[in-house]
Amino acid sequence: MTDRRSFLRMTIMGATSVIVAGCDRISQSNWGPKVLGTAEGLNHRVQALLSPSSAMAREYSDADISAVFRPNGTIMPSTPTYQTLLANQFRDYKLQVDGMVSRPLMLSIDDLKKLDTRSQITRHDCVEGWSVIGKWQGTLLSAVLDHAGVDPQARFVVFHCFDDMDQGTPYYESVDISEARHPQTLLAFSLNDKPLPVPNGAPLRLRVSRQLGYKQAKYLRRIELVRSFATIGEGHGGYWEDQGYEWYAGI
Amino acid sequence: MTSSVRSHAVPDSEVLDNALGLLLLNWNPPEYRIVNADSAVASAMEAPISGTSGSPRRLVYRHRLPIRIMHWINVIALSLMLFSGLQIFNAHPSLYWGNRSDPGKAWLSLGARQDAAGHLVGITRIGHHQFTTTGVLGVSTGSDGMPAVRGFPSWLTVPGPGWLALGRRWHFFFAWVFVLNGLCYVGYSLATRHLQRDLWPTRRDWRGIGRSILDHLRFKHPHGSEALRYNILQRLAYLIVIFIFGVGIVLMGLAMSPRMDAVLWPLVEVVGGRQSARTIHFIIAWAFVAFVLVHVFEVLISGLFNQLRGMISGYFMIDAGVTDGAEEDSGQDDAAMPDAVVPAEERIHD
Repeated sequence: MTDRRSFLRMTIMGATSVIVAGCDRISQSNWGPKVLGTAEGLNHRVQALLSPSSAMAREYSDADISAVFRPNGTIMPSTPTYQTLLANQFRDYKLQVDGMVSRPLMLSIDDLKKLDTRSQITRHDCVEGWSVIGKWQGTLLSAVLDHAGVDPQARFVVFHCFDDMDQGTPYYESVDISEARHPQTLLAFSLNDKPLPVPNGAPLRLRVSRQLGYKQAKYLRRIELVRSFATIGEGHGGYWEDQGYEWYAGI
Repeated sequence: MTSSVRSHAVPDSEVLDNALGLLLLNWNPPEYRIVNADSAVASAMEAPISGTSGSPRRLVYRHRLPIRIMHWINVIALSLMLFSGLQIFNAHPSLYWGNRSDPGKAWLSLGARQDAAGHLVGITRIGHHQFTTTGVLGVSTGSDGMPAVRGFPSWLTVPGPGWLALGRRWHFFFAWVFVLNGLCYVGYSLATRHLQRDLWPTRRDWRGIGRSILDHLRFKHPHGSEALRYNILQRLAYLIVIFIFGVGIVLMGLAMSPRMDAVLWPLVEVVGGRQSARTIHFIIAWAFVAFVLVHVFEVLISGLFNQLRGMISGYFMIDAGVTDGAEEDSGQDDAAMPDAVVPAEERIHD
């Protein structure tokens, strides 16, 4: 009986190992990830069709807020620039807005608070599978874009961050203009009615309410309007995108 | 065990050889007198065969080509979605109920701890119960041959090593294959009335449910023309798998998508939240595995070669001389008149 059971187990393990090994060869090939990655374009197009770009992310009540908003990735940027700003409670912080805009800007948190702001309780879904709910207060990205005057040729907003990832690669992200202009896309300076804590991206982070956690760039340093992100980083539109994650993180 | 099962369905080795030939090459030996299903009338789809045992046998065209293709596409898509899904699960090997994944509130988690000697011990926790599952769940041998902390073992995940980004690509690619294949299947089955005729239970099926349960428990399967008809348990199983498991797992997958939730939030709320959707998605995935295990078991005990040939070449062999116990009407006729015309809709089971 034990023999038969271990035979069965070896057979199943053997069979799945062969499949897994074959799939690993495809995963490591040049063409495999590209072919498999075609699903991303399909996901993006079909989801935009089923869930229009104007559709609003579900907003929750105060009772739904997570006790702790779990931070992920960098929780304390070590770059000297960031450390200097942190030492002074971000009083000298200015967000740089440039690229394809008619009026490049340097905005303090107080400047941002003078533009249109919004408060929303939304769910944050990590690509790993977990979810937390938090209350965000921030400036509408669309208000900042209007203030700077976006060149109609610009297609993407790129977010450059203070935190360095492996081997000194700075974190960055990007969204298209339509996502950037969504009414729930915020440059958030407050979490759960308190100034944004350092582990969650102080002093300013991005909230893109209908995409996964890695799109929600923390420690914002600079916003750049571009026609293409091909020359930024490794050209895939974000730090995690350069590691093989999808640029469209709606699922 | 296996040999007795095979001989049960195909009693002599000569027929077995021929069956194997047909299975692999779709070869039609002259004495089989098979007429292509595309031609003319339904009665031409079958041909009497005399085995050495004297009992007449007939090859019947049972599964149409599109159904066979869709079946095997589904096998590939489901397998790869399971393996890549377990890779994705491993990125956060815990399940919750509700919208949030609050620490300590998981109803299922695969984790690890170190024992006194410093060795890794795999722990599976379900509610308040803990199980040691070292080697399979929580802790298993990594690609370097050393024990590693990971939810499901590398021989069950695609890719084998922890690689969430690629796991997602596999998953979403084959999710599209699964969905488009499933839509084609339902559309084709409705158009050919396969769904209405072969899968939707008739009143006669419902009346025979007790008998069907008993037959299944005794591993008793018809070999005559009754074998061509899906029994009530088959019909219910296929309908549940297609319309509850299939539709449910896709909806629960979409309910995890933050973009889709902008429109699907009422559904997300109905099932209890995004983490509940993740839980249900996981449970249905294992329900599919349970279905496949039963399905493969039934194929094994009802004649592996015959069933495989049926789903590869389309041709399925029945004992024309056998009156199946569950059968009331056609068995005797078949024995008396091997060439009896039976309408195609009674035959093609795809």
